[in-house]
Amino acid sequence: MAVDQQLNIELGKQGVLVTTIQELYNWGRRSSVWPMQFGLACCAIEMIATTMARYDLARFGAEVFRPSPRQADLMIVSGTVTKKMAPQVVRLYNQMAEPRYVIAMGACAISGGPFKQGYNVLKGIDRYIPVDVHIPGCPPRPEALIQAFMTLQKMIDGQRLTGEDRPRHLDAAAQGEFRVPEQGEHDLEPTSNPGVWPVPITIR
Amino acid sequence: MKTIEEIKAAIEAAIPGATVAVVSNPSPCAQHSLLVAHPSALQVATFLRDNPELTFDYLSNVSGVDWPDREIAEKVKVTRQVTKTVDGPDGGKPDGTKIDQTVDETVEETHKRVEPGFLESVYHLYSIALKHGPLVIRMRTANRTDQTTMPSLTPVWRGAELQEREVFDLYGIVFSGHPDLRRILMWDGFKDFPMRKDYVDPDDFEYEPTPHDEVLKRAQAHSAANHPATTDAAQEGAAPSQ
Repeated sequence: MAVDQQLNIELGKQGVLVTTIQELYNWGRRSSVWPMQFGLACCAIEMIATTMARYDLARFGAEVFRPSPRQADLMIVSGTVTKKMAPQVVRLYNQMAEPRYVIAMGACAISGGPFKQGYNVLKGIDRYIPVDVHIPGCPPRPEALIQAFMTLQKMIDGQRLTGEDRPRHLDAAAQGEFRVPEQGEHDLEPTSNPGVWPVPITIR
Repeated sequence: MKTIEEIKAAIEAAIPGATVAVVSNPSPCAQHSLLVAHPSALQVATFLRDNPELTFDYLSNVSGVDWPDREIAEKVKVTRQVTKTVDGPDGGKPDGTKIDQTVDETVEETHKRVEPGFLESVYHLYSIALKHGPLVIRMRTANRTDQTTMPSLTPVWRGAELQEREVFDLYGIVFSGHPDLRRILMWDGFKDFPMRKDYVDPDDFEYEPTPHDEVLKRAQAHSAANHPATTDAAQEGAAPSQ
């Protein structure tokens, strides 16, 4: 499938470019992942720092933070997701166009963090939407976000466009809309989306 | 600043019929507070703000307190008359036969009474103009269940608006006269009051990677109720291995 690397270099010297549609397509996707301009708590400050000159997320093709979910490819859930905010986060994710990715940034977004045992904080956004990369930390350093971004790029680069394991946006039968939880009388209903987050079995 | 007793006397002199009590604080800070009754609360608040010697023009903080029903056990010494059979030369007849005698006996008895709970709101007042404070005033509801209304002080200090909404949201104190009493932190359809002592928070303990102590108990209770198949594994992990 892929072109032999040595042969590719030799051909390149002759001014011939040989590639595959898959490589070209994935290169295009991973090199222009535009995040959504969207911050929830203190992790958003680190996210802002990551985009600024010192850490410069623009080096990875993520220079434009889009203020609309329609134009964004990546949702960085940066901060505590309260139960009051969770339906809006899921709704924003539903409004994003495929292909779309999610980075859950920080202890709160991946598990509830220090507020895990509280009544008002969601114990991880992965209960409702599929998360591609989790970053632990409270808050994670900008380097950690860059690491997560590079992990996401590697993941995109490795995706095959055909076959059973093709990404969701190339699968017409795949689920595209995720259930928005409702705010019930005591808690969110349902408390998780079983299609996205099957309850892990704890083995001790 | 005037002492709390002087302020109390000033209020009572200015507003006839005002019921104000001093709640003393025995700790070293000695920050005593004024317990204000509902009917005159607005008048008292207006007086505290407008009186030239007090001028409490700044409301710094409103907080709620939940005082649940308390069961108080009191030990009381009770003296009753008991009939006893005594013998010997002092109490009985000289020939040694026994007689009945009435004796006073002191017994310690434990009385239990339930002190009904109430909800309380606490206001911290400062004077920016005269640079003094804080003055702490309190109001209490009649109980914790159905009579949870108290007058709002938002007409006097506008800064109370959002904080009284928060107290309403988390404690369920209904402030009558509040311009916009809605929930502020939790959503509108929420029914509970999370900061009350008897609040039971939702059971989302389906997955706890590293539970311990209280969380372990709740995770076990959850798995026992919802996933009977996995209960054994959870309990095995729970038992201390050493």
